[in-house]
Amino acid sequence: MYRIVKKKSLNPTVTLMEIEAPLVAKKAEPGQFIILRVDENGERIPLTVADYDREKGTITIIFQIVGATTEKLNHLNEGDSLHDFVGPLGVPSHVEGLKKVAVVGGGVGCAIAYPIAKKLHELGAEVHSIVGFRNKDLVILEDEFNAVSDKLCIRTDDGSYGDKGLVTDALKALIDAGEQYDEVIAIGPLIMMKFVCKLTKEYGIKTVVSMNPIMIDGTGMCGGCRLSVGGETKFACVDGPDFDGHLVDFDEAMERATMYKDFERHQYEDTCNLFKKEVK
Amino acid sequence: MANMSLKKNEMPVQDPSVRRRNFEEVALGYTPEQAVDEANRCLNCKNKPCVGGCPVAIDIPAFIAKIKEQDFEGAYQIIHKSSSLPAVCGRVCPQETQCESKCVRGIKGEPVAIGRLERFVADWHMAHNKEEVKVPKQNGHRVAVIGAGPAGLTCAGDLAKRGYKVSVFEALHTAGGVLVYGIPQFRLPKEIVGKEIDNLKAMGVDIETNMVIGRIESIDELFDQGFEAVFIGTGAGLPRFMNIPGENLKGVYSANEFLTRVNLMKAYKEGSDTPIQHSRHVAVVGGGNVAMDAARCAMRLGAEKVSIVYRRSEKEMPARLEEVEHAKEEGIDFHVLTNPVEIVNDGNGFVGGMKCVKMELGEPDESGRRSPVVVEGSEFILDCDCVVMSIGTSPNPLIKNTTKNLEVNRRGCIVTQDDSGLTSREGVYAGGDAVTGAATVILAMGAGKSAAQAIDEYLQGK
Ligand SMILES: Cc1cc2nc3c(=O)[nH]c(=O)nc-3n(C[C@H](O)[C@H](O)[C@H](O)COP(=O)(O)OP(=O)(O)OC[C@H]3O[C@@H](n4cnc5c(N)ncnc54)[C@H](O)[C@@H]3O)c2cc1C
Ligand SMILES: Cc1cc2nc3c(=O)[nH]c(=O)nc-3n(C[C@H](O)[C@H](O)[C@H](O)COP(=O)(O)OP(=O)(O)OC[C@H]3O[C@@H](n4cnc5c(N)ncnc54)[C@H](O)[C@@H]3O)c2cc1C
Ligand code: SF4
Ligand code: SF4
Ligand code: FES
Repeated sequence: MYRIVKKKSLNPTVTLMEIEAPLVAKKAEPGQFIILRVDENGERIPLTVADYDREKGTITIIFQIVGATTEKLNHLNEGDSLHDFVGPLGVPSHVEGLKKVAVVGGGVGCAIAYPIAKKLHELGAEVHSIVGFRNKDLVILEDEFNAVSDKLCIRTDDGSYGDKGLVTDALKALIDAGEQYDEVIAIGPLIMMKFVCKLTKEYGIKTVVSMNPIMIDGTGMCGGCRLSVGGETKFACVDGPDFDGHLVDFDEAMERATMYKDFERHQYEDTCNLFKKEVK
Repeated sequence: MANMSLKKNEMPVQDPSVRRRNFEEVALGYTPEQAVDEANRCLNCKNKPCVGGCPVAIDIPAFIAKIKEQDFEGAYQIIHKSSSLPAVCGRVCPQETQCESKCVRGIKGEPVAIGRLERFVADWHMAHNKEEVKVPKQNGHRVAVIGAGPAGLTCAGDLAKRGYKVSVFEALHTAGGVLVYGIPQFRLPKEIVGKEIDNLKAMGVDIETNMVIGRIESIDELFDQGFEAVFIGTGAGLPRFMNIPGENLKGVYSANEFLTRVNLMKAYKEGSDTPIQHSRHVAVVGGGNVAMDAARCAMRLGAEKVSIVYRRSEKEMPARLEEVEHAKEEGIDFHVLTNPVEIVNDGNGFVGGMKCVKMELGEPDESGRRSPVVVEGSEFILDCDCVVMSIGTSPNPLIKNTTKNLEVNRRGCIVTQDDSGLTSREGVYAGGDAVTGAATVILAMGAGKSAAQAIDEYLQGK
């Protein structure tokens, strides 16, 4: 069993948890993920390793409540335990040798981008972070990003915090102002990553994206997480989750992500109703 | 008195029209009377031809003789000397190409139903045996086993019996390998596998789930921690696809994904959190056991129609005979000599049909099987809204990629020196599908047994 040693709400829909998993904590690197099951009959869901503490033996996860399983997870409290917690999975992000990088995060994708920005900062790279959210209430990890970035731009869709606009506009402005990046790392909704890649392709800047297709085992056994990258089929869980963004077929990935939309909506409603009943 | 009937005693089964919609076990097993009657068909041949057909050389006439005497526990003890998973093998062994293919009764009429008798004996033992599992005396040596499929579990059990302290590391959240994530409940109830695993635990074997070796620990680190030998039984779990257009449409699964969702994640049960597509017409591509299992699961999930699409003829199908027969009885359509060339988009990103061509059998290839060739102009569209690709698997490269100097062949299978399972690394042994590529439970089990013996010799000689 994997104990929750800390729980903190970052905004109304995003929660941070620190989980006791010493062996995973010993090995985890930025860019890797874990798969957890909340209970005996639970679904396996992947979440990124947002941080790790090798001494304390803990892994930090940051998740957005989007459906049944994340809802259930959010109902657990400090001291409770997760049924299963497996990792670290996936290939760590390649950060060595980079001198100047733009890290672009969208929404909860910022939780995935943050450990990479932190690692780059530790390795002495110049880090420009551009993070976007729908509105002020949804902003997460601002202080954390501030601490590891040489430049931080916050964007909200409605202008309620930071500057109004999209992260792509902010990135374009920086590039046009003469910033020369070795690499852009973009992590967020598929649509955001698609447009970041479209932009950087025009400028010829190498761009790495972190893909999050639906997964089960996370070990290369089911093929459910497959994507087309440069015309080849890749399994995100073992070949990624990081890929060269200019080669990823985003349209196909966006299609595949909607495979279980109806089931998920139904399951989410059931779970919410269940919790409502419990509250009564 | 010998029973000279030319036919095997039929095994009672659930009625096809009922079982095609439920996940309970199809075959119900012999009653003691049926078992004794079937046992009486065995002629107790001096030269034991049947034993030569069994990969682990179970003393078949001897255990059958015990059944004749109604000493079912005695029969079990004989089988148990050679096989640690009789309840499993009695159910899933391809008997018709192994032990039963060599039985003299098969020359004129049907062979003795060795598999069914084995199953009967194993089930009888499980139901009646009250004896506590004995914890063997420890010899102080530690061995790590990677993968909790039949190969790994057998190796662990045999080593534990010899006094070794064994830890089994399994990537998934449940031990059992293909026996739990692949082969469905209606063919192999999970309780049987669960029982075997409980026995191992009772013998003092540590089973550590959620441990992906190569990520959380490497094989070299296992040695650093004091394990003196390692057995790799990681199977052949990497699914192959056909690389035809449309394969990434929604509604195209690998058999592994489909079966994992259904079996391991229990998507067939009300209340499971794991989704599965409920389709109208499912096309399963392939002709092995895996394809039959996927097709029969799809039927049980409520599909109106399920089709097997296989590029050779029925005679070449690698699936067990019984599975093909059961699938047919359950109303599954067989499109043989048919090969998919494209999966068609329904306009919304889901499967809308599958373009296929007809095949005919040409000259035999190196393997002796006649290879199929396309019939010109035979293209047609098979109506379907879900496709399950079941065209084979190969070993996962994770262990190879994270273990220095571990030799693998062109197909990614771990190379072993001889029957001992010794790899190119000292103290590292391997067996099962990871070595042979996708094969059978009994072969995996046999490999686990030989490796346990070899590891014992190695560590005692050190
Ligand atoms: C490598 C990887 C890393 C991820 N890291 C994070 C993270 O750090 N924080 C975070 O909030 N989210 C992360 N996600 C997404 C997260 O896994 C999903 O939000 C979660 O599975 C939703 O489950 P649910 O039951 O609550 O929602 P559901 O209602 O089941 O699904 C909502 C949406 O989540 C996605 N999803 C559903 N099931 C899965 C699954 N088994 N695997 C992947 N995606 C799924 C689908 O796009 C779906 O439409 C990551 C995904 C991947 C693949
Ligand atoms: C659907 C299906 C039906 C079948 N039907 C039959 C049948 O009727 N009769 C028959 O004889 N055979 C059948 N087979 C084949 C048979 O199941 C296999 O040959 C047998 O299970 C192989 O055993 P194994 O122990 O080598 O590997 P597996 O059973 O594949 O077990 C390997 C285990 O290792 C784990 N693992 C993999 N990598 C790692 C890692 N890095 N770290 C830790 N753990 C890891 C896996 O999760 C898995 O649990 C069938 C197979 C399938 C898929
Ligand atoms: S283990 Fe398989 S091959 Fe051997 S006797 Fe039993 S059924 Fe036959
Ligand atoms: S070959 Fe057939 S009849 Fe002869 S001993 Fe074996 S099972 Fe009995
Ligand atoms: S999640 Fe199953 S292969 Fe990637």
